Amino acid sequence: MPLFRNIASMIALLPMIVISLTVFVGCIIYSFVYSLTNSKLVPVMNYVGFDQYERLFKQRKWDVAVENIFIYGFVFTIGCLVIGFLLAVLIDQKIRGESLFRTIFLYPYAMSFVVTGLVWKWVLNPTFGLENSMHMWGFGWFELDWLVNRDLAIYAVCIAAVWQGAGFVMVLMLAGLRGIDEDIWKSLSIEGVAKWKSYLFVILPMLRPMVVTAIVLIAAGVVKVYDLILALTSGGPGYATTTPAMYVMENFFSRANLGQAFAASIIMFISVVCILAPWAFYEFYLRNKYAAN
Amino acid sequence: MKKFFSILLTIFVPLSFTNASKAAGHMEAEVIHWWTSGGEQAAISQFAEAWQEMGNTWIDTAITGGDNARGTTVNRIIGGNPPTAAQFNISKQFVDLVEQGLLQSLEEVASAEGWRDFIYPPELIETCEFEGEFYCVPVNIHSWQWMWINNDVYKQVGLPVPQTFEEFLAGAPKIQEAGIIPLALGGQGWQESGMFDVVASSIMGFPLMRSVYRDKDVDAFRDGRFESVLNTYRELNQFTDEGSPGRLWNDTTAMVIEGKAAMQVMGDWARGEFAVAGMEAMKDYSCVIPGKEKYVALGGDVFVFPKHDDPKVKDTQLAMASMMVNPTVQAKFNNAKGSLPMRLDVDTSAADACMQMGLDLIQNPDAIMRESDDWNTPAFTAAWSDIISEFRNDPNYTVAQAMDDLEGVLTSGL
Repeated sequence: MPLFRNIASMIALLPMIVISLTVFVGCIIYSFVYSLTNSKLVPVMNYVGFDQYERLFKQRKWDVAVENIFIYGFVFTIGCLVIGFLLAVLIDQKIRGESLFRTIFLYPYAMSFVVTGLVWKWVLNPTFGLENSMHMWGFGWFELDWLVNRDLAIYAVCIAAVWQGAGFVMVLMLAGLRGIDEDIWKSLSIEGVAKWKSYLFVILPMLRPMVVTAIVLIAAGVVKVYDLILALTSGGPGYATTTPAMYVMENFFSRANLGQAFAASIIMFISVVCILAPWAFYEFYLRNKYAAN
Repeated sequence: MKKFFSILLTIFVPLSFTNASKAAGHMEAEVIHWWTSGGEQAAISQFAEAWQEMGNTWIDTAITGGDNARGTTVNRIIGGNPPTAAQFNISKQFVDLVEQGLLQSLEEVASAEGWRDFIYPPELIETCEFEGEFYCVPVNIHSWQWMWINNDVYKQVGLPVPQTFEEFLAGAPKIQEAGIIPLALGGQGWQESGMFDVVASSIMGFPLMRSVYRDKDVDAFRDGRFESVLNTYRELNQFTDEGSPGRLWNDTTAMVIEGKAAMQVMGDWARGEFAVAGMEAMKDYSCVIPGKEKYVALGGDVFVFPKHDDPKVKDTQLAMASMMVNPTVQAKFNNAKGSLPMRLDVDTSAADACMQMGLDLIQNPDAIMRESDDWNTPAFTAAWSDIISEFRNDPNYTVAQAMDDLEGVLTSGL
């Protein structure tokens, strides 16, 4: 029996398995059950069917939240990967003061999202931030009202997030670049391949594990984005930068609307499963199958 | 005569209750509240000191932000580890807790001390009473209904201090020309919807507001006056600055204090900021209740007492409830907080000109206005204020569309 092949490690894993099952699976079931009730401040078993879901999908605010998470996810992921990779390549040119630059670029990652949010809130504030400074220096034409502009505010959030996350991707990529065999570079230069071409078409594909790791870590950050937006815009102006996670938290705490919060979190959960399931299927099932063959 | 009685009360009532509670022995109480700013701390420590003078222990659990504090209270009640007392607003916020039987009834001490006779205005009793029993203690009254105006700004442009929103709007362009922001508004949901309700009550009056907010009367909502409120609100918003989104209320008040802005609509807690800045009421700044009919809105705070298994806790809770309504404690607490007391026989000689206006007004039952969240669930008021906030921030959001969406909330049964 393979299950009992390694009893010691099974015993060591048991608490983790029990906790995952009771906490995660248990809470998901609990949330789903109560999303079918009209619970307000406290959970009550008052069955109303799928009313909460119906109400959720009628909310203009929920639409905005879903749209925002897609914009944020796309811009943040691409931004971090591109800028992070570029920084790594630049630092990889055996420049002077490499460790200084590495520290500077990685530094934002050491800050919490709340600090990042507050810093950018001040920088982007039109009345006393960068715009104001530029005006005082005589550049009257300078305009930077992203944070207070309904249509651009979500991109302001992306800027702050990329500023924080790019350094981390850079470190991952740099580690990968340093692991590339010197002989590959030698052969590339003998072939006379342009440097940008070597990076883009030879080295980048070799960094696949780094890219996948970076994407997984970034994606996990996208779904749960909450504190950054709370600190930067609190979901405003109006509710232009709200996200599904904020919608859930709001209904849980300030709005005393538990049923609605449960319904929204179940929808969030289902969407994450929909995205992750094909990937997990590939990683854990198909790959093993091919490997076995 | 009334003064004489209140002096008598201030002398004898504290004596009687200190004796009564001493008999009960040493008591320990944990209190959750969200009073964390300077003035608020000073206020809650009046309660703490009075409680400690009775020989008891006060465990202070201050949590920043009303939402967080209320969330903690509810979580701890459901988790089986409730505090002795917890703060809520004068509203429907804690109705579920009462219905689920999670709160301690205070009827014993309420009827023994005759709360129904001295709590004023009687609307406060309505908030706390469920099926003939008291479940909360109102401790103060805060009103939203104020325009805070920098007198220097109006002197500078040569205009009289406005008394209505119409007068304000008429003078606003002139203020703008002088390089001053006419309307200081912090673009956070609660500030936007708070100001909206002040505009609404000053334009359409409280009776109509009541038929909309309490009775959900669609005909009243559609009779044209609500649309003019939305129009006025939009006009007012032309005169804010672009730094408005997300700005805190006290930073916004500071703009009026410094003369960068002319006027802010904010609750009476703003008075503390003017006082700290050394400005004198009616001389350096004016407080105006806008509109022809003047109202004082009935906002404020209550304390509730979650049920405990231990029967001894009940005695502690009743003793604390009785302490909170005591006139001496009420006077100290409300003077520190800058709010109006929940009974009339309290010494308010320390009140400034603005607070005195509120005190005079509240004696007239017709001038007392209730707030939307006094009748509606937090889910309703939040859905409502979402629309108000969106209406303010999105210039493409038409009045007609906003009317339809608001009607949707009105009839949603939230």
